[in-house]
Amino acid sequence: MSKYVLRFGALGYLTLLLLVPVGFVFYRAFEHGVGPAWDAVTSPQAVHALELTLLMAAIAVPANTVFGVILALALVRSRFPGRGLVNAIVDLPLALSPVVVGLALFLLYGRGGWLGGLADHGIKILFAVPGMVLATMFVSLPFVVREVVPVLREIGTEQEQAAETLGARPFQVFRKITLPAIRWAVAYGVVLTTARAIGEFGAVSVVSGKIQGRTETLPLYVQAQFENFEVQAAYAASVVLALIAVATVVGLRAFHPREEES
Amino acid sequence: MGIAAIDVTKRFGSYTALDNVSVTIPEGSLTALLGPSGSGKSTLLRVIAGLEQPESGRVLIGEEDMTNRPARARGVGMVFQHYAAFKHMTVWDNVAFGLTIRKRPKAEVADRVHELLELVQLEGLAKRYPSQLSGGQRQRMALARALAVEPSVLLLDEPFGALDARVRKELRAWLRRLHDEVHVTTIIVTHDQEEAMEVAGQIVVLNAGRVEQVGSPRELYDEPANEFVMSFVGPVNRVGDTFVRPHDVEVRLEPEEGCTEAMVERVVHLGFEVRVELVRDDGQHLLVQLTQEEAEQLELERGQIVYVRPRHETVFSAG
Repeated sequence: MSKYVLRFGALGYLTLLLLVPVGFVFYRAFEHGVGPAWDAVTSPQAVHALELTLLMAAIAVPANTVFGVILALALVRSRFPGRGLVNAIVDLPLALSPVVVGLALFLLYGRGGWLGGLADHGIKILFAVPGMVLATMFVSLPFVVREVVPVLREIGTEQEQAAETLGARPFQVFRKITLPAIRWAVAYGVVLTTARAIGEFGAVSVVSGKIQGRTETLPLYVQAQFENFEVQAAYAASVVLALIAVATVVGLRAFHPREEES
Repeated sequence: MGIAAIDVTKRFGSYTALDNVSVTIPEGSLTALLGPSGSGKSTLLRVIAGLEQPESGRVLIGEEDMTNRPARARGVGMVFQHYAAFKHMTVWDNVAFGLTIRKRPKAEVADRVHELLELVQLEGLAKRYPSQLSGGQRQRMALARALAVEPSVLLLDEPFGALDARVRKELRAWLRRLHDEVHVTTIIVTHDQEEAMEVAGQIVVLNAGRVEQVGSPRELYDEPANEFVMSFVGPVNRVGDTFVRPHDVEVRLEPEEGCTEAMVERVVHLGFEVRVELVRDDGQHLLVQLTQEEAEQLELERGQIVYVRPRHETVFSAG
């Protein structure tokens, strides 16, 4: 009996909180058929927003993947002063509200900020793509590090040392031993980073200036259309974001088959 | 090639793992580094391998000074306690690793790997992954992998430590035979004196980062240099300042000259060997090893009074 209570309780909670709202977005998007929805997402403004969102991810994800693996190696494999502090700072983007991140970047690169002078030299950070990329990188930084660190701890250094005694140079050790051992953790981290980069709203919203057709990512576009009562466009774009999310979740499952075993 | 560690000191923070250690390993020998945990035996092996950098001292392999060379350029083959198998590679790829990394021709690699898998009796398992092997098989694979690059010295760090007792015994005998076949200078680190004595021709006894004694198994057992070696290479009874091996205690049913009275506390039958635990009238406990035959003649029972005297005893001069 309690088994059923548990099962329906959990399912009901999920349905009410997650499935119904997201389902409604789909329903409203296709309420008047596929045609209007398609028109809405293929408008130049929507296409540009999607392209910009993908560009953010295309820069932030590889950067945070490479840097994340290096940082994880440094945290696990070496002892340096301030290691504990670095370890804590990596988690900062998870704890800090994205709006605060945006504001911080705004203060740093804005007029009177430490790096505000860059704008005078023709390097535009705020209200432009570079600032938005920085914001996206900031908020999506921890995922690869956090996935890779425990796996690196678990595999230890014996395999690497064995490879070393067999004649492998440091980079060969990394490529042939370390990387294959952490590949699933990296893949999982990449999926999470991608999801975060594509969905980011708060930080990007502050630094972008939300200039239509110029600095508007898909989440910003959804927000703008919704506020202008262009609900059809907002719902249709939401569906695109939701589909990307679904693909991400499927990706997660594919990379974490272990969960099924337990 | 022979190996020499000269005045090697290694510290981990404030802890001194090796304190000015010098050891010479003759070419072609099988030498055991024997000691309790924390004695520095593994650290010494890792210093020789180049996996640890000593604070001072030198490491020579053959005539060459290896002290400042990275592990990959020392020509050593290393086997680790927990196998260090490359989990994402098949047995074949594990063994071939050192050769592939040296970009040897495919045919040569194939020949060598075949030969080695045969040597370690894993021919049929080339396509398996390490997770599909038993502990003993994994360690034999690790040994083949280390031998593949034709190392000038073979370093084994507690290679049988993670295996169960029966497999351990098998592999010891097998290692001994293998060494007779390939003749590569080999160092085996172990905390098990029986293992060291069974496998090695020369034993270096280490304690607290220092060398206590170097010698053949027989020398260590018969002429231990000090208390530590005496009690580490075999069971021993200590009575005041004298040390007596359990098999050097004579047990009599009647009092005789030089005998002390003792009571039988426990009799343990281990097949050929019978262990008797005694307590002397002054409260001193004694362990005695008898052969089954001797034990049968004495018909010892718990609570029985017997008379004991040492057949042979050792006294170390103070200091």
